[in-house]
Amino acid sequence: MWRRLLCVAAAALAGAAAAAPAPTIYGFGKPATPQEIAGWDIDVRADGAGLPPGHGSVEAGQAIYAQKCAVCHGATGVEGPMDKLAGGAGSLATAKPDRTVGSFWPYATTLYDFIHRAMPFTQPQSLTPDEVYAVTAYVLFLNHVVPKDAVMDARTLPKVRMPNRGGFTSPDPRPDAP
Amino acid sequence: MGGAALLREEVGWMDVPRRRVLKSAALLAGTAAAGRVAAQGGGNLPPNVPEWMKTQGAPILTPPYGLPSPFEKGVVRIQRTKVPTQTAATSLTPLQDLNGIITPNGLHFERDHGGVPAIDPAQHRLMVHGLVERPLIFTMDELMRFPSVSRLHFIECSGNGSYEVLAPDTTAQVSRGLISCCEWTGVLLSTVLNEAGVKPGATWILAEGADAAGVTRSVPIEKAMDDAILAYAQNGERLRPEQGYPLRLLLPGYEGNMNIKWLRRVKVGDQPFQTREETSKYSDLMPDGSARQFTFVMEANSIITFPSGGQKLKGPGFYEISGLAWSGRGRITGVEVSTDGGKTWRRAALQEPVLTKCLTRFRAPWTWDGAPALIMSRSIDETRYVQPTRAELVAVRGVNSYYHYNAIQPWQVAGDGSVTYVA
Repeated sequence: MWRRLLCVAAAALAGAAAAAPAPTIYGFGKPATPQEIAGWDIDVRADGAGLPPGHGSVEAGQAIYAQKCAVCHGATGVEGPMDKLAGGAGSLATAKPDRTVGSFWPYATTLYDFIHRAMPFTQPQSLTPDEVYAVTAYVLFLNHVVPKDAVMDARTLPKVRMPNRGGFTSPDPRPDAP
Repeated sequence: MGGAALLREEVGWMDVPRRRVLKSAALLAGTAAAGRVAAQGGGNLPPNVPEWMKTQGAPILTPPYGLPSPFEKGVVRIQRTKVPTQTAATSLTPLQDLNGIITPNGLHFERDHGGVPAIDPAQHRLMVHGLVERPLIFTMDELMRFPSVSRLHFIECSGNGSYEVLAPDTTAQVSRGLISCCEWTGVLLSTVLNEAGVKPGATWILAEGADAAGVTRSVPIEKAMDDAILAYAQNGERLRPEQGYPLRLLLPGYEGNMNIKWLRRVKVGDQPFQTREETSKYSDLMPDGSARQFTFVMEANSIITFPSGGQKLKGPGFYEISGLAWSGRGRITGVEVSTDGGKTWRRAALQEPVLTKCLTRFRAPWTWDGAPALIMSRSIDETRYVQPTRAELVAVRGVNSYYHYNAIQPWQVAGDGSVTYVA
């Protein structure tokens, strides 16, 4: 029954295809202007595409961190109660893996993307680009990934190589068990 | 606290039934003494006429949106563990209390990363841009004008199940309740992507939510053009706020967090975007310290919901074992049940309909002889994948990969009929 219906539908579609190019364009939606896209296009890709102008130093980041981040992540990024940001080097293959920015995150650019879109937890998207770059620099410094005098911007951040950059595998190897 | 959270507390489901009960109580006041005696003494049982036949019941529209019987007040979502914040948290579906395969909308499990936003649908927009011929912005009305589809699919959190050994009093809800199943209605994502015109070279899309976490995941373009749905309705009504009202992405068979709720943006690209949720979260750590990335599919799984943890059998005799099976790779083709700890297995009956990437209800008759019994189920899907044992899974993945635990879940039935969790 279904197969017969599908044949009929396919025939109808073939007829339509002969008259008009597939797929159907319904004409719904309005064109998105560059200004509209710019306001919403907030993602930052691994290679840094999407990073805005601006810059921030470890020192500036330390001050912002103390004021807006330490309450959840601890004074030095390890005390909690929320996600540990630092430490855990060499722990991934042990019985108690410690997945932090320094021990686990493969891309430094993801820090910018996530801090900007989702942090501080109670005031997401409230930090300026300079502030996001600064906090990013400070979190990287806490993990000994960048030196104390580092300044992060759209040019320097994508060049930061994270310690666990090579730690991720794909594609999906499953089914793997049994 | 967000407006939606407040709303959910203030209009808690108990409020209206309580008023209804009070009204009934007032009506009954005249015959209160007789009623009380009847209620306490089993006077509603044969041969007596039950008191609810001797007076008018509650009127219609009390309330206008119907709610479960007050006697079902225990059938609710709960949390597995307390977490530091209730807006980045999960709640579990009470699998052991449900029948069939459909999850009532109010019992669909929740996973939020920044709370439930209170979105006015008139002010919600979906932007489609990136590698497209025509970047477009859609209103909800426009999205609902496209040809639509309605399909039954489960959504399962990749954190469902537990590599950790849980407590003996663990229920089916706590063990495997991060799964729910609804009929979803919406427009195929392929229809909307065609409207924008996907450019050659597009290999991934980024889906972004309009919540305080702006949750984002990369999705292969093949999946986006296959069976992905932009859903605006579940089980006949518009999405519940905690399920993404007014618009969510539905990726049948893929891990729950990718089914982006409160969807506001789809960006077409030529590589994965490497978001936080697909790198440091929702990747699977292996014993050698490497992490599997982009493990999308939820593999075949099953759980016996009756008898299950926390329940108690009332003595030897006939019981119908009942449970749920599912696979993110397609249809369930078989479920086997064991009542002797896996020594022997027999085929359970599958309740129609058996649909792809959807919960399937299975049943098996069982006459319990009163002796301790270890009962379990295992599912097989159309790819001939067989649900593994815990030992088989842990042998490959260790106990720290956290996600995608789909091992066979045994329940121990004790001689006194009580049922407890076994890892």
